[in-house]
Amino acid sequence: MRFQNYDTGGFYDEMFTPDGQPRTGTEAVVNRFNALPLEELKRRQQAAEKTLLQMGITFSVYGEEQGTERIFPFDIVPRIIPHNEWVEIESGLKQRIKALNLFINDVYHEQKILKDGVIPEQLVLSASGFRPECMGLRPPGDIWCHITGTDLVRGGDGKFYVLEDNLRCPSGVSYVLQNRVVMKRSFPWAFDAARVAPVSDYPNRLLELLQYLAPTRRDKPVVAVWTPGIYNSAYFEHSFLAQQMGVELVEGSDLVVVDDRVMMRTTNGLKPVDVLYRRIDDDFIDPEVFRSDSMLGVPGLMRAYKAGRVALANAPGTGVADDKAVYAYVPDMIKYYLGEEPILKNVETYLCSREKDLQYVLSNLDKLVVKKVGESGGYGMLVGPHASPEERVEYGEQIKANPRNFIAQPTLALSRVPTLVNDHFEGRHVDLRPYILFGEEIYVMPGGLTRVALKKGSLVVNSSQGGGSKDTWVVEACTLPEGGAPC
Amino acid sequence: MLSRVAESIYWMARYVERVENTARIMDANYHMILDLPVGVGEQWEPLVVTSGDEELFKKLYHDEFNRENVVLFLTFDTRNPNSILSCLQNARENARSVREWISSEMWQQVNTFYLLVKEASREKAVLELPHEFFVEIMMASHHFVGLSENTMTHGEGWEFARLGRMLERADKTARIIDVKYFILLPSVDYIGMPYDHILWGALLRSASAFEMYRKRYGQIVPDQIIEFLILDNEFPRAIHHCLIAAEIALRNISGTVRGRFTNRAEKTLGRLLADLDYIQVEEIKGIGLHEFLDNTQTQLNQIGAAVSETFFSIPVVPAATQSQSIE
Repeated sequence: MRFQNYDTGGFYDEMFTPDGQPRTGTEAVVNRFNALPLEELKRRQQAAEKTLLQMGITFSVYGEEQGTERIFPFDIVPRIIPHNEWVEIESGLKQRIKALNLFINDVYHEQKILKDGVIPEQLVLSASGFRPECMGLRPPGDIWCHITGTDLVRGGDGKFYVLEDNLRCPSGVSYVLQNRVVMKRSFPWAFDAARVAPVSDYPNRLLELLQYLAPTRRDKPVVAVWTPGIYNSAYFEHSFLAQQMGVELVEGSDLVVVDDRVMMRTTNGLKPVDVLYRRIDDDFIDPEVFRSDSMLGVPGLMRAYKAGRVALANAPGTGVADDKAVYAYVPDMIKYYLGEEPILKNVETYLCSREKDLQYVLSNLDKLVVKKVGESGGYGMLVGPHASPEERVEYGEQIKANPRNFIAQPTLALSRVPTLVNDHFEGRHVDLRPYILFGEEIYVMPGGLTRVALKKGSLVVNSSQGGGSKDTWVVEACTLPEGGAPC
Repeated sequence: MLSRVAESIYWMARYVERVENTARIMDANYHMILDLPVGVGEQWEPLVVTSGDEELFKKLYHDEFNRENVVLFLTFDTRNPNSILSCLQNARENARSVREWISSEMWQQVNTFYLLVKEASREKAVLELPHEFFVEIMMASHHFVGLSENTMTHGEGWEFARLGRMLERADKTARIIDVKYFILLPSVDYIGMPYDHILWGALLRSASAFEMYRKRYGQIVPDQIIEFLILDNEFPRAIHHCLIAAEIALRNISGTVRGRFTNRAEKTLGRLLADLDYIQVEEIKGIGLHEFLDNTQTQLNQIGAAVSETFFSIPVVPAATQSQSIE
């Protein structure tokens, strides 16, 4: 009995109720794990890790011996979401992305929402993701944020909250697909125990979306994934997605703009490109318009884009909506643009740009999580309860120096999932990043990336900060009798 | 296909082939040494000389051409850009940059191959049983080529891999034969002695050609060995065969029919191939085997440069379009 002494520790546990009973949808998997000898379990965990290493799903560790590579740690216990809960998350995400897209379009055109005073004008125009160069742009179908990864967390009350919207180049979807492959190889029996919604359709959907964006109606538009190159930490994902979609993977040096058309250099001369799925920040895409020192960009790209000769996913300028201060107003956007109540709630957020909030934040640093509005990846963050008094004082000075740059949120009791630690299971905090594709219609991949903070008690799930991942299952219901033996 | 992609696939295949040949030549040398009479001494210097990295070796190992130094230099030393580990690193980085083009199986094989040698380089215990290790390397390379054959579309990318592999192999076979020049010729007395046969046998084994040669010619006769390793058009490691295959690959890439050429790569390769189509052993001996091989290697280098210039170098964009400003 692997879970016999498992302690939910007073947190919301995704697998067990507080009295130690498996939650709906997890019974069969719990039984299967319970029936597995410890040695076998560890052997399979190792096999899973070896598979990831051989697949080359690794990231480079900076500052260590050259060539040191680590796999993105993977834990074998899946995170299970019952189907009925998923349905609500899905509709909440669709609602949210619709409103965010309307917001971006509005910001770069009439700015009605600012004029109506729903969101302070200064807050939006001072966001680092706001690009004045994008004013008046008309992306195909008025869709700006084609690919989004929204971070959700489940609090102690068992409800899901939106932690942040990633509207620029969200990464991680390749881990979702590969984790599933590894899980199927290592624990095939776990899958007969539950009807798990498949995720393998994602590359297909992504390709359909990208082809849909092609500016000219052509039979086979040329789509390419644009990567900064092999030294980028997400390079594996870029090449993986290009491979899975069967499209070109290009670097800036492969591209050139001729007569407002984006061309790629091939062994047969220059060939036009219709759609670029760019995995490179706005700042670097075109040195003529954005950062002139960009070595990664393509001079003239924005000219081609404005001329409607090439599509970019996501559109430039979407970063204005995932500014962490703008985030606080998303519920208002939903009401303003859609006339609906938000299905998914925001985490309560204090904007340090508001004097009242600033005072509250400064006097409650020991209780709050403080973030920089333009940062992602867990960088530049203060987890108040886990910080030393000196760190809090020092961080407080930073906030006072530039309040607009900070927001704060209460420290959430993130939900936990059992995770293999040496020879037993312990609860570890998780979040959830579902992926949303916005094209002709809106598609939400069932499940998403579950990131897990592997350090005991840690609330930071980012891979750069000691996080790992789990396979995420959206399950219909248990279909096998209890106590089925592992194959 | 993208020039960058073509180049990476070409080099990926070349590096894997280079690794295999380096392993093969060391393995054969180990075997040869065990058969040599006492007093002849172990001959490791020729391996370095024919690899073309003699200067670097002398600098790094202070002219000490002993077994340990040479094997380390050719196997694990990442300061040597042509060591097995360095080549695998390069093969893998090239493969990584074209992961979406090659099959997942190919990528995983290159990756696993690299990890195998990288792991071995930490312990170096594998050198206690070098034969096992070198065979493992050769098999890993065969595994990779087999996967290329059977999991990748035989289109343009695959042809670039074949082109790279065949040019590399032709060059390495030339170098393997040339080892003999450095071992054998200094001591004229040995010619015609069984020692000489041992060397010729080792040479054939370096090219995995011993058995196939036997079937074809029977006796170990130097002229016939030269004919087999250079001029045979069916044995897969013979220089002539490699160039025939390379030429087919090149024509499939450009779509040019035989008898014509549309670029310098086709021209230089076609010329060398025409030479090999018609040359005979007697003529090679007339030129001098070493001189002939040296010249062949020079021409192979020129072909490599021409391939790069024809397909990989970035086309120049007319200055007028480049300097257009935004309205």
